[in-house]
Amino acid sequence: MSNPTVAKNTVEIVVNGEPRLVTDGATVETFLSAHEIDPDTVVVEANGVILPRDRFGATGLSAGDTLEVVHFVGGG
Amino acid sequence: MTETTTTRSRPTDSVADLSAGWQLGGRTFHSRLIIGSGKYDSPETMVRCLEASGAEVITVAVRRVKLDASDKTSLLHYLDPDKVLILPNTAGCYSADDAIRVARLGRAAGLSDFIKLEVIGDERTLYPDVEGLVAATRALVEEGFTVLPYTNDDVVIARRLEEAGAAAVMPLASPIGSGLGVTNPLNIQFILDAVSVPVIVDAGVGTASDAAVAMELGVEGILMNTAIAKADDPVLMATAMRHAVEAGRLAFEAGRMPRRQWASASSPTEGRVGD
Repeated sequence: MSNPTVAKNTVEIVVNGEPRLVTDGATVETFLSAHEIDPDTVVVEANGVILPRDRFGATGLSAGDTLEVVHFVGGG
Repeated sequence: MTETTTTRSRPTDSVADLSAGWQLGGRTFHSRLIIGSGKYDSPETMVRCLEASGAEVITVAVRRVKLDASDKTSLLHYLDPDKVLILPNTAGCYSADDAIRVARLGRAAGLSDFIKLEVIGDERTLYPDVEGLVAATRALVEEGFTVLPYTNDDVVIARRLEEAGAAAVMPLASPIGSGLGVTNPLNIQFILDAVSVPVIVDAGVGTASDAAVAMELGVEGILMNTAIAKADDPVLMATAMRHAVEAGRLAFEAGRMPRRQWASASSPTEGRVGD
């Protein structure tokens, strides 16, 4: 998906069902950090595959990537 | 109502020993009360209820992080995995595939292989889709999960879940969040007689007497959420539930007296003054 108003150094990904712009070269780790999310408290699924926590830093984000970022909430 | 016998054995020694513990998925627990962490006014109240209940297992849901929320504090911030087994659920899943996906996400948190499996089939009753439930149980057992399926009070499905490798079967007492208590004790009894894995009543308990009634049937434990979280005083109700579950278990182990139609005097009928 292209958007003429978007600077060239960003890419669009989908996180938790919503489109998000991230800077080119962002990783899962930098994405979480930018959103003040403690990586130890979440589980990330990248393009349908669960990503081990020790791979967050090494996993770069490319245009069209789909992430699910989940955590535990109250439930019965 | 006639007395039924159950395959669930009561201890033969005269002193019931609550400290002996019970087994679930290869682990030993002492409390037979499992609580949910949902619907509380605050995480702090939830923690106080956990302490008051004495529960050693607490369920949690797996949900998307709200990326733009100011408070993204995980529930893990409030729970110590060394003190309580944090049991993820697949609540809200309406297909086996969705439930399997959520179960995997829950396990990836790295706390345990235990999963409270829900595959819901009907929105109004929140009754399970039992076909999907059995299929998901089988698949998750294959992947090494310790599967605790929430199911209806159907002995046939309970047996299928056990055959599929479930570590327990968790029949509802009445619909989730209804607080109606054990609406069909006979069905719970049938399940107790049919399976050898632990039977945990999951959902429907409304107050302490409901919990005691369920435990007196001989179930190994009770899972409840709303009854505590939505009581006027949740911490007090958590304490009540702790006692009710213990009292019901003790009564089961003690073995209740036979029911009879007519009175039977407790005092001697001989030697009455004036006889």
